[in-house]
Amino acid sequence: MQHKLANVYRLGVKELWSLWRDPMMLLLILYSFSANIYIAGTSMPETLHKAPIAVVDEDQSGLSSRIISAFYLPYFIPPQLISLSEVDAALDAGVYSFVLNIPPAFEQDTLAGRSPKVQLSVDATRISQAFSGSGYIEQIVSSEISEFSQRQRLNSSLPVDLVLRASFNPNLTASWFGSLMEVVNGVTMISIILTGAALIREREHGTIEHLLVMPVTPGEIMVSKILSMGLVVLVATAFSLMVMIKIVLAVPVEGSVLLFLLCTALQLFATTSMGIFMATVARSMPQFGLLLILVLLPLQLLSGGMTPRESMPDLIQIIMLAAPNTHFVSASQAILYRGAGLSVVWPQMLALLLIGTLLFSFSLQRFRKSLSAM
Amino acid sequence: MTCELVAKEPATIARLQQVQLSYGKTKALDGISLAIPAGVMVGLIGPDGVGKSSLLSLLSGARVIQQGTVQVLGGDMASSSHRDAVCADIAYMPQGLGKNLYLTLSVEENLQFFARLFGHKTAERRRRIDELTKATGLYKFLQRPAGKLSGGMKQKLGLCCALIHDPKLLILDEPTTGVDPLARSQFWQLIQKIRQNSPQMSVIVATAYMDEAEGFDWLIAMNAGQVLASGSPAELHRQTKTQALEAAFIQLLPESAKQDYQAVVVPPLVDGDDSIAIEAAGLSMVFGDFKAVDNVSFQIKKGEIFGFLGSNGCGKSTTMKMLTGLLPATSGQALLFGQTLNPDDISTRKRVGYMSQAFSLYSELTVQQNLELHARLFHVPAGQISDRVAEMSQRFGLQQVAALLPDNLPLGMRQRLSLAVAMVHQPELLILDEPTSGVDPIARDNFWQLMIDLARQDRVTIFISTHFMNEAERCDRISLMHAGKVLVSDTPAQIVANQQADNLEQAFIRYLEQAGGRDNSTEGDINLAPAKTAEPVKKGFSWQRLWSFTQRESLELRRDPIRSALALLGSLVLMLFIGYGITMDVEDLTFAVLDQDQSVLSQNYVLNLSGSRYFIEKPPLKSQQEIDQRMRSGDITLAIEIPHGFGRDLSRGQQVSVAAWVDGSMPNRAETIKGYVQGMHLHWLRIQATETLGTDASSLSSAVETRFRYNPDVKSLVAMVPAVIPLLLLMIPAVLTALSVVREKELGSIINLYVTPVSRLEFLLGKQLPYIALAFINFLLMLVTAITLFNVPLTGSFWALSLSALVFVLFSTGFGLFASTFTKSQIAAILVSVLGTIIPAVQFAGMITPVSALEGAGRLIGEIHPASFFLTISRGVFSKALQLSDIYPAVLHMALAVPVIILASALLLKKQER
Repeated sequence: MQHKLANVYRLGVKELWSLWRDPMMLLLILYSFSANIYIAGTSMPETLHKAPIAVVDEDQSGLSSRIISAFYLPYFIPPQLISLSEVDAALDAGVYSFVLNIPPAFEQDTLAGRSPKVQLSVDATRISQAFSGSGYIEQIVSSEISEFSQRQRLNSSLPVDLVLRASFNPNLTASWFGSLMEVVNGVTMISIILTGAALIREREHGTIEHLLVMPVTPGEIMVSKILSMGLVVLVATAFSLMVMIKIVLAVPVEGSVLLFLLCTALQLFATTSMGIFMATVARSMPQFGLLLILVLLPLQLLSGGMTPRESMPDLIQIIMLAAPNTHFVSASQAILYRGAGLSVVWPQMLALLLIGTLLFSFSLQRFRKSLSAM
Repeated sequence: MTCELVAKEPATIARLQQVQLSYGKTKALDGISLAIPAGVMVGLIGPDGVGKSSLLSLLSGARVIQQGTVQVLGGDMASSSHRDAVCADIAYMPQGLGKNLYLTLSVEENLQFFARLFGHKTAERRRRIDELTKATGLYKFLQRPAGKLSGGMKQKLGLCCALIHDPKLLILDEPTTGVDPLARSQFWQLIQKIRQNSPQMSVIVATAYMDEAEGFDWLIAMNAGQVLASGSPAELHRQTKTQALEAAFIQLLPESAKQDYQAVVVPPLVDGDDSIAIEAAGLSMVFGDFKAVDNVSFQIKKGEIFGFLGSNGCGKSTTMKMLTGLLPATSGQALLFGQTLNPDDISTRKRVGYMSQAFSLYSELTVQQNLELHARLFHVPAGQISDRVAEMSQRFGLQQVAALLPDNLPLGMRQRLSLAVAMVHQPELLILDEPTSGVDPIARDNFWQLMIDLARQDRVTIFISTHFMNEAERCDRISLMHAGKVLVSDTPAQIVANQQADNLEQAFIRYLEQAGGRDNSTEGDINLAPAKTAEPVKKGFSWQRLWSFTQRESLELRRDPIRSALALLGSLVLMLFIGYGITMDVEDLTFAVLDQDQSVLSQNYVLNLSGSRYFIEKPPLKSQQEIDQRMRSGDITLAIEIPHGFGRDLSRGQQVSVAAWVDGSMPNRAETIKGYVQGMHLHWLRIQATETLGTDASSLSSAVETRFRYNPDVKSLVAMVPAVIPLLLLMIPAVLTALSVVREKELGSIINLYVTPVSRLEFLLGKQLPYIALAFINFLLMLVTAITLFNVPLTGSFWALSLSALVFVLFSTGFGLFASTFTKSQIAAILVSVLGTIIPAVQFAGMITPVSALEGAGRLIGEIHPASFFLTISRGVFSKALQLSDIYPAVLHMALAVPVIILASALLLKKQER
């Protein structure tokens, strides 16, 4: 047992040396946990950012120009005035996401209390802007109209007021979400690449054979890779969270960083095992790269880190329960955004431990088999 | 002018003047000046890494000349027009078994490919292929994949491919390395025969086997990038006063290199211990239907140096791996120190040291670190480690380099390090798999001296495999192995005596012949100078050459499972994932209510929410704290609080307020929820106003009438699917096309671009065509999936969309070619092509943010990138019912980018190695 631990330690230190002398990998780790987080945190598009809008002003009144001037940056680009005949072609070509049509005699009818309608055409193929954008526009137009009519005569306000508040992220700053989720994605991606590449490198250089004639077991080789690469990613994650997220991007982190790192360690147990598994399937670095595209994209897209899980089809939700990412993302969101404690996230942690153990034993079996087939 | 010069000196095929070549800091060629005679067999001798291959690649025009002048066939090889003119007259076979061949292609397909490149017509190709393969004995194996040929047959195929176009100059780089002696002698007989038939042909051969070169007409001895001597073998012998070339070569080396050299003397084995160290008893290894090792038995006594002789792929390494426990034997037994070898028994491993064929230590660890790591892994007691490491570095002469990385050491020293590592735990048995291949003669002899010391002084049993005959002669006993079988095991002298041969090589050849190794290769007659049928190589653009690359690429792709799976199914799989994954629909939101009023009106308000398809009601909340708690755990994403007296106050016409908390952790989702809640709140008020309260509702109704065009239900899939098609149609074809070119760079077959008449454009377009077809099939698959599985209707013209898709994949495959021109490894090609397509497609093409909302460089890219146009087209044809007449300006824009990207790739692609 003591020998085993000593072997794992020696081999682990060897892995760290190998990584230290691989500038490309170091660069990749550094980039993923610093610049990439920064970019994701700062360039995450706000829901409504510079939406292109055009107005057909058939009224040419004081009210219509009031409405037009109510659209401004950064939510909307200053509205373009176009004619009615240009509307269809412009929408077909996708130049504008929204076209607002103010009918003739709009101001007159409003003053007369005839509740005229402004027509809003939305290019609903621009799904990201269509829904929330049209809500904004309705609000803007309504408030302009009511303000305008209030100046003319007193109008009754709504009998029931709705007070809407967002918890945890009161201003709904998108960068908070983007930067933290990028850390979560980075953990998965880098850990798979590091362990997979570490194994393939040994195979391509023939050093794995060398290890196997020594008094070292395949289990020790695999554990040493998982531990060392997991440790590297864990340290990088802690750095990213403490420095990039908290200081550079000034995102308030609600919950316990230690608990998050514990979850990360469990996730790493699963993903590093997965990296070993993929490296036994792929026979070379390029094949590993192609495999990575096919595995990583669904893992990241369907785990709930990009879009809410509850909106996905049931079948996908069920299948994705088998992926460690799903549980890691949900635990991270609970801890980091909502300040949840162990009492809340223990089911996810248990799931991670279970998936990790399964992946580990499956990979170990495959690893042993692939070695004997060399 | 040069032509006249050469005409006066017809005896010169090539002339080099002050040629220098360096790779980074290493100097490969250091001021070479030579005149190589024509019409003879010229040998380039010297160990690995002295610049032989570099010199040959300069002569063949495959590599760019850095300094000095190289004239071949009467012209300057620095001039591209001369290279184009003579490349059909030069045949170049690079180093490495089958390096310029396509291993998944059959013999016939390989030959057809090369014959097409040189413009032969169908009938002429058939005639030449039959003639060459009959002459070389490959005719029976026309349908066999090149990768499954033996080393000797691969080299013969390489020779056939080189001879298919009647070259005037044949350049062979180490054609017989790793080939068994019989195949080697047959290969040279073949070359002799070819030379007899076409005496005007010049042959330049590089070789590390000095004995082979004895029979050549003219020799160039090289060391450390310089020419030591040149002349006929007899001249070299005279100059050095030696009998054998190997000795002559050592004599020619500068004083500094041979300082410590002593001829190896093997003291006889003193019999005293007859116990067996290692025994193979009927060992067999079967891979699928291939018998790699067939019933092998032998015994090695303690303290013996036992040699294992055979060609590459004869089963030597496999046998050795079985004896180390690396491979479990299919049948038979391996006995180590009298006990059955148990691969899981850690303790026997400590008694064995193993050194594998290739250098296989950690190049990321220093010499010292490598030694220490291995000492620790072998559980050398901690106190002894530093002493042991010091002892090993001293014994194997590594003290000076202890802090260096192995990559910075010369090959001979690296091999000594491997030996030191294998010895660090003081094993009783050393298993060495071809430890000296590629090492220069002096380093090789030094290495042998170390091994002999170990065997005779330390009584270490040594089991070594080699393909050098003079090394085999130094062993106490040897086994000859061929095609998985041991032919004979005995002392070298006895083996020679058994066959009444002059030397070991001859004895070995006779054993091989008896074993049926003769393949009738030299029986056919070679008649390869039908000058009348040799057509001049077509100048300018040739469709035949382009098509030959297309055919070959399609065949290779069909035989590579991972790449073809990605090509055919990759985009479909990703489309399913992304289609379902990136949904902007927000549905099935969980909410709970803290109803402090519990009146009819408040319950009615809640019903309004829970009846919606967007919301799912969870058990009601009991307190303010519970809101926080349940939202924290992710149980609910929306909480509604209705205050005391809500119903009463509202009926009295007093102002009341309802509070709603939204989980803001996902900002996009929160925005949408806010919109839903507001909408439903207004809706409820309107109903209440008209029905219950009886007031006029008109003031509450919205002043805006919204029409969601093209996608009336604002369904995410309808919007996303047409956007995903351009993304995948850009990324996957680009990755695959880039890989197809960079693969050739990594595997070495790119050399065929350098030395055959194919032009850059023919090469690129030829490789692009199959991927265009594949990408288009992918497009159709995705289209069908979108319509049937995702239920996204195609409202516009199918033909308009297909035409645009075709133009678009011309661009995306072209981008792959572009990415391949500046990447060297496949993994870099994948990275560059993925990033180079995803970023513009997602960020700048208007997938999420419309192009018109972008600024600066992003805006510029969005304005001109074909992805923007195809995205607009795809969305337009799918949802906006557009026809060809609506989209043709966008198609034209895309079409403009195609020649730009392809010409840029052709300009950036190098026609010579740098």
